[in-house]
Amino acid sequence: MSSLAAFAADLATGKIKVVDLTHTLSPDFPTIVLPPEFGQCAPFRSEVISRYDENGPGWFWSNITVGEHTGTHFDAPIHWVTGKDLPNNTTDTIPPADFVAPACVIDCSADAANNGDFILTVAVLEAWEAKNGRIPKGNWIFFRTDWSKRKGAAYANVLADGAHTPGPDAAAVQWMIDRGCIGFGVETIGTDAGQAHTFTPMYPAHTLMHGAGRYGLQCMCNLDQLPATGAIIVAAPLKIEGGSGSPLRVLALIPA
Amino acid sequence: MIPPRRPRNPTLLPQAALAPPALRSRQATGLAVAAAQGRFMLQVCDDCGRTCYPPREACNVCLCANLRWRDVPTGGVVSAQTTVRISMDPYFRPRTPWRVGTVRLDCGPDAVVHLHASLAPGDRTRLTLKLDKAGQGVIFALPPSDTPDMPTDQALRETTCDPRGRRVLVTDGRTPFGQDLARTLIAAGAEVFLGLAAPWHPFPGQDSLPGTPVTLDLTDSRSTEICAAAIAGRVDIIVNNAGDFRPGHPGLDDARLAMETTYLAAARLAKYFLPALQARGGDGPYAACAWVNVLSIAGLVPDPAYPSASAAHAAALAQIQALRPSLRPLKLITAFVGPLDDQWHQALPPPKVSPAQLASAVLTALRNGQEDIAVGDLARHTLALWHDNAAITLRR
Repeated sequence: MSSLAAFAADLATGKIKVVDLTHTLSPDFPTIVLPPEFGQCAPFRSEVISRYDENGPGWFWSNITVGEHTGTHFDAPIHWVTGKDLPNNTTDTIPPADFVAPACVIDCSADAANNGDFILTVAVLEAWEAKNGRIPKGNWIFFRTDWSKRKGAAYANVLADGAHTPGPDAAAVQWMIDRGCIGFGVETIGTDAGQAHTFTPMYPAHTLMHGAGRYGLQCMCNLDQLPATGAIIVAAPLKIEGGSGSPLRVLALIPA
Repeated sequence: MIPPRRPRNPTLLPQAALAPPALRSRQATGLAVAAAQGRFMLQVCDDCGRTCYPPREACNVCLCANLRWRDVPTGGVVSAQTTVRISMDPYFRPRTPWRVGTVRLDCGPDAVVHLHASLAPGDRTRLTLKLDKAGQGVIFALPPSDTPDMPTDQALRETTCDPRGRRVLVTDGRTPFGQDLARTLIAAGAEVFLGLAAPWHPFPGQDSLPGTPVTLDLTDSRSTEICAAAIAGRVDIIVNNAGDFRPGHPGLDDARLAMETTYLAAARLAKYFLPALQARGGDGPYAACAWVNVLSIAGLVPDPAYPSASAAHAAALAQIQALRPSLRPLKLITAFVGPLDDQWHQALPPPKVSPAQLASAVLTALRNGQEDIAVGDLARHTLALWHDNAAITLRR
């Protein structure tokens, strides 16, 4: 039996479980809000074309509009200026093999669930490795905070001085890049901390990860259902020509 | 007198949303133009100086055709009065008895007018032009100065949109403008629903909001539909202040955003809310009565500094004009504003429109039943220039 046939059999018998890491793409899901003088990412919108009515008696369909970075979404390296000149840096040119990769899940939920200013540091990552072994090359590194369990205002957590959501510091990002990760995935609206505009460099996850040709996954959920290691992630963005990212369905395959 | 608002008998059909006869000559439409602005204007002959009424093509004294619409003195004396008890007209039939009178105007002509309940033959009167439910200008004779019970006159109430006892939706409560509109309308006796888009994103004033907050994002059809399903059957007046008044980036994305938040937002209101209001437009003294849109004067006279907003507000204005006939008997009130006194207009010197100024102007327009108002010196000036000569104003 080939490994794919064994895989299909395991799927059929439920030995491999599929976990959906995706939020529903809905108009009221919080999007990133930049200071108002900048251009803004469009929230998801849907306009009905017809719904078994005079515009189409037998069929229902809609036109949708959405920003590339709305809802559960993928960041390509071209998203950030540091990655703008890299080869294969857009949603349509990234090698498709990169869309299927294993993940290591760093569980910080105990510390971060109620702390919007929790910072992922090298110390946290090294402590994880001491327990789970070295992070292999080519893995996604997922930052579990349980922020996906929050709703609305508590999820965005915007205060007078901006958003307060967990994220990594620059040293942690560089450490993850040095481990050869394929990208960094989070439950919050950005791969960076809400206050990352005050970090040096600003927005280290975007600046360093994309500068190194790595990817980002944001607004994921159900990370609490994943094992620390051993999950396989299927995360293929829409093949938008020259796209900087896209909403997508992120699936995890885990042993039942 | 107007009875206090009571729940409608649900076993009866509502009173139909009818309008009085609407057919007028092109000349007589000048009365509606003046009424919409809250002015008392009649045709005055350039040659012999006489004031003519009713509106006509040529002076009834000297027969010249040089009649010009001018503001004329509002005084007069009631000559006679009568009460119509039976009418053949479907609009007036359920509204009788209805008082009409003749008035000798200080400016010359005699006119048949709607007569306020307090007036009797021999009384001095102050004449106003009001928009009736058909949107036509009619002369209404009022007491010489405002009296406390004046707004409760049933016939006058047919031509106005007093928010007292009515339910109002203010579409955007995220700004001080929306919040002040709500506070002012509540103080005037209205019950207010305050629309809030993206409630997850904080905004100034959110801890002390007036009225009942409702989730409403006019850039989202589904949000508008859900909100309408919940409250459109209760709302009697909509004040839409959700337009985009920002000086634009030159980008096309900004143009799209301006159209979404201004033109398409109004289109969504028209689709999801207005049919429910229109259907209740004839239903007694608390009938649904008005759709107010706060629009930039740049929608009438485009401003080079605001290309996207100019286009979006022009589109909204054109849409409202196009919908006007089909939405009678509702009044479609346009409140033109100049630059708002907000963060987006820091670089501009005064005069700018403050939240209190806008709220007060909208309340006055509702109470008077005016459809065209300008708020603030800049919008007033621009609108006056446009009325004087639209083509020159656009060129300059």
